[in-house]
Formats: sequence, structure tokens, C-alpha cells
Amino acid sequence: MSWSWDFTWQIMPMLLSGLVVTVQATVPGSLLAFSLGLLIAIARFTGGPLLRIPVTVLVEFIRRTPLLVQLYVLFYVLPDYGIALSALTAGVIGLGLHYSTYAAEVYRAGLESVPRSQWEAAKALNYPAPSTFTRVVLPQAIPPMIPALSNYVISMFKETPLLSAITVIELMNAAKILANESYRYIEPMTMVGLLFLAVSFPASLAAVKLEGWARRRAQ
Amino acid sequence: METLTAYSGFLWSGTCMTLLLTAGGSLLALTMAFAAGVGRLSPIRPVKWVAVAYIEFFRGTSCLVQMFWMFYALPYFGLSLSPLTAGILALGLNIGAYGAEVVRGAILAVPRDQREAGIALNFSRAQRLLHIELPQAIPIMLPPFGNLAVDLMKLSSVASLITIADLTFRAQLIRNSTGETLWPFLAILVIYFIIASGILAIVSVAERRLRPGREGIDRMQGGQ
Repeated sequence: MSWSWDFTWQIMPMLLSGLVVTVQATVPGSLLAFSLGLLIAIARFTGGPLLRIPVTVLVEFIRRTPLLVQLYVLFYVLPDYGIALSALTAGVIGLGLHYSTYAAEVYRAGLESVPRSQWEAAKALNYPAPSTFTRVVLPQAIPPMIPALSNYVISMFKETPLLSAITVIELMNAAKILANESYRYIEPMTMVGLLFLAVSFPASLAAVKLEGWARRRAQ
Repeated sequence: METLTAYSGFLWSGTCMTLLLTAGGSLLALTMAFAAGVGRLSPIRPVKWVAVAYIEFFRGTSCLVQMFWMFYALPYFGLSLSPLTAGILALGLNIGAYGAEVVRGAILAVPRDQREAGIALNFSRAQRLLHIELPQAIPIMLPPFGNLAVDLMKLSSVASLITIADLTFRAQLIRNSTGETLWPFLAILVIYFIIASGILAIVSVAERRLRPGREGIDRMQGGQ
């Protein structure tokens, strides 16, 4: 069986609508990961041991177990306990929860990269603590966070095919359906790979540019 | 809970399959990481291009897409892989591409004067790499390699989607045949957590043994 361009063009509309679902999972997933990650970082930074220990245990548990199994838990186990989520919602929550543990780590590293002396200098100058945080520490902490966070958005985008396992018809699943209907696997599977590359490769170049921009702005 | 004890042997075989995927994948990933990481720093242009193409290609798409492609699309090019081969190949090649960047970064992190000293002592390029740069770069690589090994172990669950009977696949089978949902998934989550923690513990022991500097030298001499 050889490559057929006719068939490739024929399946493109459905693949592109799959790509739209992929983006619909990635964007809210990233927002959830960034905000949950911030909550985790704050809990670990400011909370007492009663809060810090359970949060740390939970975070380590999420980080050391597969996202696919976590998605199964959200999609297959929760309905037995009265929480029925749509496949896409379960997918977004799964992605967001998994990557929030990584985002929290990025926030922590970013904040710790600002030397203590910066806090001390602001204190010596009688600068109030809230503005020290927003105007002295954050502008220095955010640039090193940007490449890491954008890399996680790109990895989340690449991980969305896992959502096909819980029946979300994203790019990968769309390709699988097309392949099963036509018994032609080469074109759909190859196009999925190429579409992912077409988005993630420019995105990683953009992330490098964004980091440079943030670094220049901070100076 | 009863089903859990009844299925413990079943889950044990799944654990073995997950460990096999992890070990096989890690071995391939390690080989690819060194080959592509060193290749990327090569002064020979074509070697460098091949390494860059490999790294960018496998980092640009996800492991699941690569696995599906190897399992479903490769047979049309006349290359039929067994599910286990396709699984190990996709895991190893995918994580190997990330590992290559670790190897490259670690070699570049070895201080410049080490390389210059090697040149001054008339070491060949290969001798410098093998006897000066790599021995100092390997301790730097260990912590990220540990994280990548855990990533690979977690990714191995994806192999269940190409019909490999690993932990995830077996938990799904138990769910389908008993209707139980919580216990099978909770059980395999705990098993995955234990395997990941084991990998990280091994890496941190290796890290302590290979720590550069006086401390490491003392330990080596003490051990002889």
C-alpha cells in the first residue's frame, strides 16, 4: 500500500477538528495547572507542617504515577462516587492536576533564585513587604520561570493523545477512527505526527524568544 | 478488597511487564542519549545533523503517537513489530531524545580548562571525551537521568494502549470483568509509586558514590 495524497486531503478536515479539541484541552489544562501550581507553592511556602506534609505527599504521589492511570481514575472511578465528568472535563482536570505539581516546582525554583539580599536591601530601604514582593522579587523571579512553564505547556500539548484513551476525540483519536474506517493507517498516523510537530516545533522556538524578551524587560 | 487479593498474581505479572518495559526502554534510551548527545557536539556536520534531527523529531511528538505509528503504520512499510518491540522502541527512542540533551548539557558543563589541559597533554579528541570529559560529566547527568527514568516508567503505561499486558492494561481488564473501579486503579497507582521511588532511591545512591571531588576520591580509595 502506498501513500495516497487524495486520501490525505480527504481526512484533513476531520484531523484539523481533532486538533481544535487538542487545543481546547491544552489551554484550560495549562491555566488549571498554573493556578493549582501557585496554590501548591503558596501552601508549601507559607503553610505550617500540618498543611505542608499532606500537600508534599500528594504532590509526590501525583508526580510518580502515570497520567494515563490518573485519567482512568477521574473518568472511570469518580462516577461510582457520584461525580460524573464529561470525557473532555476529566481530561482537562487530569492534565491540569498532573502538571500543577510541576508548575509548583517551577514557582518555587523561580522564587528561590532571587537572592535573599534583595529582600534585605528592600527592608533596609524601608520598602513595604507587599511591594517588595510585587516590584522587586517577582520581576526577577518570573523570567527564569518562563522557559520552564512554556515547556510544560508544550509537553501538555503533546500528552493530549492520552485523552483518546478516555474517549475524547482529539487529534489522535480522530486519526484512529479514520484509520479504522478506511483500513489505511499510514496517512492518518503520519499526519498526526506531522501536525504535532507543526505546532510544537514553532512553539518551542517561540518559547526561547519569549524568555529572551522577559530577560531584557527585567533588566 | 477481596478482588484485590484474588487478582494479586494477575497484577504481579503486570508489574513484571511494566518493569520489563522500563528496563528495556531505559537501556535503549541510555544508548541513544549518549550516541545523540555526543553526536550533537561532533565537529563532523552530517553526524551533528542526524543527531539534531533525531532529537527534535522525537521531542516534537509524544510517545503515544510514536508508539501508534510504529505499531500501526510501520507494517505498511513492510516492518511488522511485535507490541513489546514497538513499546520498548518508542519508549527508548522518545526518552533517549530528552536524555541526549542532558548528555550534551553535562559535557558542556565540564569546565573549559579541563578540555584545554587535555589538549595541552596531547590527548586525542576521543581520549579527552572518554578519560576527561565524560567521567566528570556523568555525575552531573545522574539526577536528570533519574527523573527521565521515572518519566519512562510512567510513560510505559501508554503501552497498554497497544495491547501490552502491563499494570494499566490489567487494571482495565479487572475493571471490565468485575465492575470494580477504585481498588484496581488504586492498587496499580501504589505499585507505580513504589517503582518510581525505587528508581529514585537507586539513582541517589549512585549519585553519592560518584560524587566528584575529594570526597569521591576518598571513597574510591577506601573501597579498594
